[in-house]
Amino acid sequence: MSYLQLENLHRSFGSFQALKGINIDLEQGEFLSLLGPSGCGKTTALRLVAGFDQPNAGRILVEGKDLTRVPPNKRDMGMVFQAYSLFPNMTARQNVEFGLKIRGKSKGDRAKPVDDLLELVGLAHAVDRYPHQLSGGMQQRVALARALAIEPRVLLLDEPLSALDAKVRVQLREEIRRIQLELGITTLYVTHDQEEALAISDHVAVMYGGVIEQMGTPAEMYTAPATPFVAEFIGTMNRLDSKVTDGATGEVEHSGLRLQVDAAKGRRNGERVLVLIRPESLELEAATNGSAPNSFQGEVLTQTFLGPVTRVKVTGSGTNLIADMSTARAAALPVGARVSAKIPSEGAKLISLPDDGPGLPVLDPDDH
Amino acid sequence: MAPSAYVWLLLGAAYFIIPLYATLDFSLKKNVIGTPCCTLKNYGWVVHNGDFWHTIKISFLLALETIVISLALFVPTIYLVHLKLPKLRPIIAFMALVPFVVPPIVMVVGLLRTFRGTPHWYYGTPWGFLATAYVILAFPYMFFSLDAGFRSIDVHTLTEASQSLGARWTTTLFRVILPNIRSAALAASFLTLAIVMGEFTIANLAAFHTFPIFIQYVNESQGFPAGALTLMSFGITWAAMLALLVVGRKRGARGAVIAGAR
Repeated sequence: MSYLQLENLHRSFGSFQALKGINIDLEQGEFLSLLGPSGCGKTTALRLVAGFDQPNAGRILVEGKDLTRVPPNKRDMGMVFQAYSLFPNMTARQNVEFGLKIRGKSKGDRAKPVDDLLELVGLAHAVDRYPHQLSGGMQQRVALARALAIEPRVLLLDEPLSALDAKVRVQLREEIRRIQLELGITTLYVTHDQEEALAISDHVAVMYGGVIEQMGTPAEMYTAPATPFVAEFIGTMNRLDSKVTDGATGEVEHSGLRLQVDAAKGRRNGERVLVLIRPESLELEAATNGSAPNSFQGEVLTQTFLGPVTRVKVTGSGTNLIADMSTARAAALPVGARVSAKIPSEGAKLISLPDDGPGLPVLDPDDH
Repeated sequence: MAPSAYVWLLLGAAYFIIPLYATLDFSLKKNVIGTPCCTLKNYGWVVHNGDFWHTIKISFLLALETIVISLALFVPTIYLVHLKLPKLRPIIAFMALVPFVVPPIVMVVGLLRTFRGTPHWYYGTPWGFLATAYVILAFPYMFFSLDAGFRSIDVHTLTEASQSLGARWTTTLFRVILPNIRSAALAASFLTLAIVMGEFTIANLAAFHTFPIFIQYVNESQGFPAGALTLMSFGITWAAMLALLVVGRKRGARGAVIAGAR
């Protein structure tokens, strides 16, 4: 039996179905991120677990105990909010000890855990400061310490880093993970930032339209996306809407471009598939006169400097491809240069598409 | 500050100070016009007048009663409206304007007819009928002050944070929400105190002997002591407001400031 179970959770707001029956099993001490775009239902799911909202159907169980109708103040769920939520009338220490006071702990019993937690989040020097005297990052650390002080069954984090600047976000997310591992606390983390989710989670659940599209380890989500949406959402992905032309050899065709893809071997001829290629899998070089097998000829449309890596967008024959290459090598391929992109037959992934289905939802990989 | 700002400041100060000075000057005169200044006899007359102490006590206690009832009634109501029933807010805001629109004389006639037949302890004493009228009179001041206070904090997040830590809604209200709308509650209380200490029409028509009624009586019958009385009532009202401010103040924390909203 899993430690935290969400069973077939449904939640509607009028005619809008925010959750369409999600199921999650989380073991004790695991860190799961609910990842998805705005309106996908991730925060709704978290609020149901916290008890701030009630599901229309389904159950929430912790250690086998049904908490679905238990009020939030009786659930022992520590929560860190997206908005700064420290009590403005209390110092950092008073905020952290609030939950312990509510539980009737004496001053003596409160002192040590509170000091330890403020030490753990690196704020031992700021215990007597009021929230308005703390930076955003410091406030979220206090909020984390406050949520942990009650020794919650599950730690819930609702986009706690979204209001912070980029550098503090990276620093704090690593601290959240360190503290979570140190305390071994079961954690449910909501974010729309896929990099954040992949960096700190044991498992990631990608949500879209009120359902979980795919759940797995960060590596599984990145290397083997199960749906077109996950492929689009996790990392940057080149997606080629193709047809299998020869299932025996693994040949597919996309806008006149014929490619050998290992994953297409054994597929039915004529089957509609989505070929997925990570930008780092593409090998880009200056175009030569002859056409190399499994390669795509085009012109450099844009270059985006990303530090050690440069992202190059290549266009040709109505297809756009994104390739990541070292900045030093990219300098030799300026905008407008004719290039050849070699597509590795073994590196590309395949997802089946309905033969008469709609087009892909979002196709520009630059969106990430 | 620009020089013109000082001019406007001086003009503004003069607007308040000149009438006060004139009243002070008048209150220090002897009862016979033309005799030289000054005497404190008029102040002595007020201080030794039993009715002065009796009526000011009634008005002050009435003000406190009105403040307590209003806060007890409106703080949880406005909290609930902000938290759960935001669609009701414009309706309540509209209702709060009614005491501004309806003249006190119309209101008191309506209230007297409405409450006629209620027990004497309610209808015949200021602590019942008059307090009810004053709560209605103070409604707009209470509502708009408290509403501004609630709008300045993130009621939802603070409430949910408190609940997730195990607090019941009453604990949340008293230990989290109320301390953060303290400035608004104090402002509402000041306004209510000032209104009740000076309210004449309702008390007069309902035949209750409050402080403004006493001032009116002295004003009609004793010219110079009336000046002294006016200044003293002014000082007492300000002292009461200062006392409320001191009681409601807390060092360090910033009331009605959302954490991080810098």
